[in-house]
Formats: sequence, structure tokens, C-alpha cells
Amino acid sequence: MDLGPHFAFILTAYGAAALVLAGLVAWLVLDGRRHQSLVDELEARGVRRRSSPSESR
Amino acid sequence: MSMPLAQRLANPKRFMELSGWLLPWISAVSAGLLVVGLYMSFTAPLDYQQGHAAKIMFVHVPAAWLSMFGYALVALSSFGLLVFRHPLADVSAKAAAPIGAAFTLLCLLTGSLWGKPMWGAFWVWDPRLTSVLILFLLYLGLMALRSSIEDEALAAKLTALLSLVGIVILPVIKFSVDWNSLHQPASVMRLGAPTIHASLLRPLLVMAAGMTMLFLAFHLKAMRNEILRRRVRALRTFEVQASAGLAGQPAE
Repeated sequence: MDLGPHFAFILTAYGAAALVLAGLVAWLVLDGRRHQSLVDELEARGVRRRSSPSESR
Repeated sequence: MSMPLAQRLANPKRFMELSGWLLPWISAVSAGLLVVGLYMSFTAPLDYQQGHAAKIMFVHVPAAWLSMFGYALVALSSFGLLVFRHPLADVSAKAAAPIGAAFTLLCLLTGSLWGKPMWGAFWVWDPRLTSVLILFLLYLGLMALRSSIEDEALAAKLTALLSLVGIVILPVIKFSVDWNSLHQPASVMRLGAPTIHASLLRPLLVMAAGMTMLFLAFHLKAMRNEILRRRVRALRTFEVQASAGLAGQPAE
């Protein structure tokens, strides 16, 4: 694909977009997994809030 | 059934159920729109003045719109916390800030990469560029303020207050192009018809729709993570209280 004389700027801009958005996806997925495993670990130890004993994930 | 949606979502459990169901759909729609949008962007006709470099517009403009949308979401959520004390308002404000900051960073990066071939400089202290940089710093300030205060309820209120004061940046950004700016004026969101040609407007709108859905998916996921984080904190507090023989006291 011919992107003209400014191809480096165009590719870098789209690359930066991919990097920023992929970074957000990775952070959100890893953060979610970490907190879910902490909730699971605490619940496995029998720690539960009496107000909501079986809250949904 | 007559209960308003905002009231029904006040229950984190119900929010987790609904968001868990919605998230895959929003993500899939976003992915589909972005694939189509990228194809349309790279097959769109060349801009008569800027040539290929105008392709940066298809990612820069949606990022710019969403950087402002993100801040409006933070401010609206903050208003919901301070005025209505909605239980999920602070969760929403906290979740939206880093996502808005990321889209603002993307706007600044892609704008800079578009500016160099068109203006001859990566950066100029132009009213539009400077006001968007202030927006980025405002996002960072909100996150720094929140993390610097240990008492989470106080941190939420102070952050909400700052975000409401900071909303003044949105009209400044919007009208900054009229203040002796290098940046081109609005060509889509303006009174009257868009000035951009339909062959370039269509891919731009598809990319904007895809990136907006992506923003919403990120926001839902970040809200879910924040609810889980608060649950972990509540369970740990309850565990400590139980082991200290204070089990009669509720854990938030």
C-alpha cells in the first residue's frame, strides 16, 4: 500500500494508537483477573459479607 | 419495572450482572466497527491538500472527541456523587479518568505526528494544543489527588470537586480554534452541515463509532474492576474484624 512521502508519520500514528489501546486492554484484563482471584481466595477462606453472601461476579 | 435505570443500577450486584452480559457485545461491536473503519480509512480517496497524511485524522479526531467525552463522563459522575450520592457514581468517575487520560495522550501523540508533516513542527504552543495538554494534566491531577488521600470517601469527594471545577477546560478546548490557532476549525461538529467531503466523513464516523464503543467497553470493564477491588477491601476488613472478635460490626 502506497502511503506517500509521509508514510512514517502515518504508520507511527496508527502504531501509537494500537499500542495505547492494547496497553489499556492488557491493564484492564490483568487488573480484573487479579481482583477476581483475590475475591475467590478470600471467599475460599470462608470470608463473606453477610449482607450479600452470594454476590455475582 | 418502573424503577429508573440509574436506581436499578445502584445495586453493584445488579450492575455486575448487567455489565457482564453487555461487555462481550459492546466489545464485539467495537471490534467489528474498527475493522470496517480501518478498511474504509485506508481505501478512502486522498485529501486534495494533505494527501496521505490526512489518514491520521481517522484515529486523531475520534481520540480528540473521546478525550473530551471522557472528561464529561468524569464530571457527570462526580455530579452524581456530590448531588445524588449514587453508589456507582464514584466508581464511574474513578474508572473513566485513566481511560480518558489514555485517549487524550493518543490525541496528543497522533496530533503531533500529523502536525510535523503539515505544520513543520511536532509541537507549537497553540491554544488548541495547549488546552488539550491542560486536559491531559487535569486527568493526571485527578488520579494523583485520589491516590494521595488514604480516606477513600474524602478522596472521592475532593476529586469530584476538582473534576467539576476542571470542566471549564471543555468549552476552552472547543472554542480555542477561534483564538488565532494553527489548528483547523471544526469540520464535523459545527452549526450547519459538515465541511468535510462525504468520502472522508464516512470512514471518520465509522472509526469514531468503533472507538466510542471501545471507550464504553473499557469503562464498563474498569468499573467492574473497581467494584471487585472494593469487594476485596470490604472482605479483608470483615476478616480482620472477625479475627479480632468484632464480627458483629458490618464490613461496609
